[in-house]
Amino acid sequence: MKEPVIQINLDDLEQPDTARLKAQEPHVPASDDTEEIPSKIILRGLNFHYGKSQALFDINLAIPEHQVTAFIGPSGCGKSTLLRCFNRIYALYPKHRASGEVILDGDNILARGVDLNLLRARVGMVFQSPTPFPMSIYNNIAYGIRLYERLSRASMDRRVTWALKKAALWNEIKDKLHHSGTALSGGQQQRLCIARAIAIKPEVLLLDEPASALDPISTLKIEKLIDELKHDYTIVIVTHNMQQAARVSDYTAFMYLGKLIEFGATRLLFTNPAEKQTEDYITGRYG
Amino acid sequence: MITATDLYLYRKRRLVNMASLTLSMLATLFGLLWLAWLLWTLVTQGIQYVNWDLFTQTTPPPGESGGLSNAIAGSLILIVLGVIIGAPIGIFAGTYLSEFGRGTRFAAIVRFVSDVLLSSPSIILGVFVYQVVVIHMGHFSAYAGGLALALIVLPIVLRTTEDMLRLVPDRMREAAAALGAPRWKVIVSIVYRAARSGILTGILLAVARVSGETAPLLFTALNNQFSSTNLSQPIANLPVVIFQFAMSPYDDWQHLAWAGALLITFGILLLNIIVRVFLPEPERQR
Repeated sequence: MKEPVIQINLDDLEQPDTARLKAQEPHVPASDDTEEIPSKIILRGLNFHYGKSQALFDINLAIPEHQVTAFIGPSGCGKSTLLRCFNRIYALYPKHRASGEVILDGDNILARGVDLNLLRARVGMVFQSPTPFPMSIYNNIAYGIRLYERLSRASMDRRVTWALKKAALWNEIKDKLHHSGTALSGGQQQRLCIARAIAIKPEVLLLDEPASALDPISTLKIEKLIDELKHDYTIVIVTHNMQQAARVSDYTAFMYLGKLIEFGATRLLFTNPAEKQTEDYITGRYG
Repeated sequence: MITATDLYLYRKRRLVNMASLTLSMLATLFGLLWLAWLLWTLVTQGIQYVNWDLFTQTTPPPGESGGLSNAIAGSLILIVLGVIIGAPIGIFAGTYLSEFGRGTRFAAIVRFVSDVLLSSPSIILGVFVYQVVVIHMGHFSAYAGGLALALIVLPIVLRTTEDMLRLVPDRMREAAAALGAPRWKVIVSIVYRAARSGILTGILLAVARVSGETAPLLFTALNNQFSSTNLSQPIANLPVVIFQFAMSPYDDWQHLAWAGALLITFGILLLNIIVRVFLPEPERQR
C-alpha cells in the first residue's frame, strides 16, 4: 500500500537559490550541506476552522523525511492545531474542519474515505501532558501493538522491551512492568507515552510540546531521545521553548496568528532570520 | 497602618463569620438529629426480634411464629431483576450521552427525560407497570416488580455513567485514538476502564435506592406468603411485607415488621459504606 515517495527538493520547484524562503510553494529548504532530502509530508493551502473561527491560513510547507522539524511561535499561533492535522486527530470533534491538502507519501490524507485509524497507526502522536492508560506499564505499550498485530507472547515481550529501551525508560521500570502506568512520575509517564507511540512503529512521530510539563532532567532525556529517534522516524515537534527548538530540530517553522511566517534550516533561521517578525520573536520582543 | 475603620470592619467580619458558622452547625445538627433518632428507634425496637428464624422461616399467618426468609429472597430476586434490566440500558444510554451525543439536541432531550424519570414519584412507575404489564398478564408477577425497579435503576445508572465518563479527560481518548484505536475500542478498553469504579458506584447506589422501594412493588410484585422463585408469579419482598405487617393489628406481625425494617435499613447502610470505603474515588484527572 506504499505509494512512491514524492521527492520535492529545491531543483524540482525551481526555487531561487536561497536557504530560507517564505513558504510560497511547499519545499524542503536547503540546510547548510545542500543534500537532497525527500519530503515526508507536504501541506498545500491548508486552512483550519474551529467552528466559525479560522485558526490556520493557507499553510504551504514540506516536512523532510528522517529529520526533526520544529514549529515555534507564541501561544495561540496555531502550531498545535497544525500538528493535529497530520494525523487528523482533530476529526474526533465534529466542529473542527481542515481544508486544503496534507500529502503523506503522495496521498492526500484530508481526502474522503481515508481510514483514520490506519492513518494514526502510521502517524504517531505524543501529547503535551502525559496520558498513561489506567493499566499496567506493560499493557500501556502492548495496547497499541495489539490493535494491528498478532504477536506471540515472546515477540510481544521483545517489542515492549524494545520500545521501553528506546524511550530510555527501561532501566527505571524493568522490575515493575506490571505496576500501574499511572503511578509513574510525570517525566516517566511522558517517556511511557513516547514508548507507546513508537512501539507501533509509525513512520512519523508528532510531538506536541512533549516536555512542557517536565523537569529539566526529564526534558534532557526526551531531547536526547528525539535525536536518536530521527534515524527511524520523521519527527515533527511543537514547542514554545525556542532553545529547545534550536537544540533538537534540523528545520524550524515560525508561525504567528495562524500563518506560517518563515520556514528554514534551524541554524539559519535562528542566526539569520529572513523575516522581521521571526527576528522579533526569537530575540524576545514578543510572544 | 490599621485605622479605626479597618478594625471595625475586621470585627464585624469576624462576628458575621461566627454567626453563620453557628447557624450552619445548628442546621446540620438538626438534620442529623432526626437520622440518629430514626436509627435509635429502629435498633431499640427491632433488635429484640432479630433471630435465626428470621432468615429460615417464611412469613407466618397471624398468631404463629415465623420469619422473613421468603421476603428476603424475593427482595434479592427483584433487585437483581431490576439491575439486570435497568443497569445495561442505563450504561449504554449514559455512554451515548457522554461519548456520541455530546452537544446534540437529542442528547439534551434524553438527559431531560431521564431527569424527569429520576424525580418522578415511584408510585407512578408502579401504576404504569401495573397498566402495561400486570393487566395484560392478568396477575401480579416478579417480572412486573423487576421492571418497575428497573425504571428506577435506569435513570440513576444513566446519570452516574454519564458523569463518570465525562470525568475521563478527552486527552485520554485522544491518546488512544492517536494509536489508531477505533472509537468503540477507545470507549470499551480505555474510557470504561478509567471510569469503572464510578459506574459500579452508580449501580450500587441504585441498588440501595430500590431495595427500600415499596410503592412500585405494591402494584406489581405484590406479595406471596410462601417461598417462590417463579418469576411469573407474585413474589414476597421486604418492603411490602413491612408495609402490610406494620399496619396489621397482630403483635407477631408488627414485631416482624420491626425486624424487617431494621434489616433493610442496615442493609442499605452497609451498601453505602461499602461504596464509600471499598471503591476508590474515581480518578479525577485534570
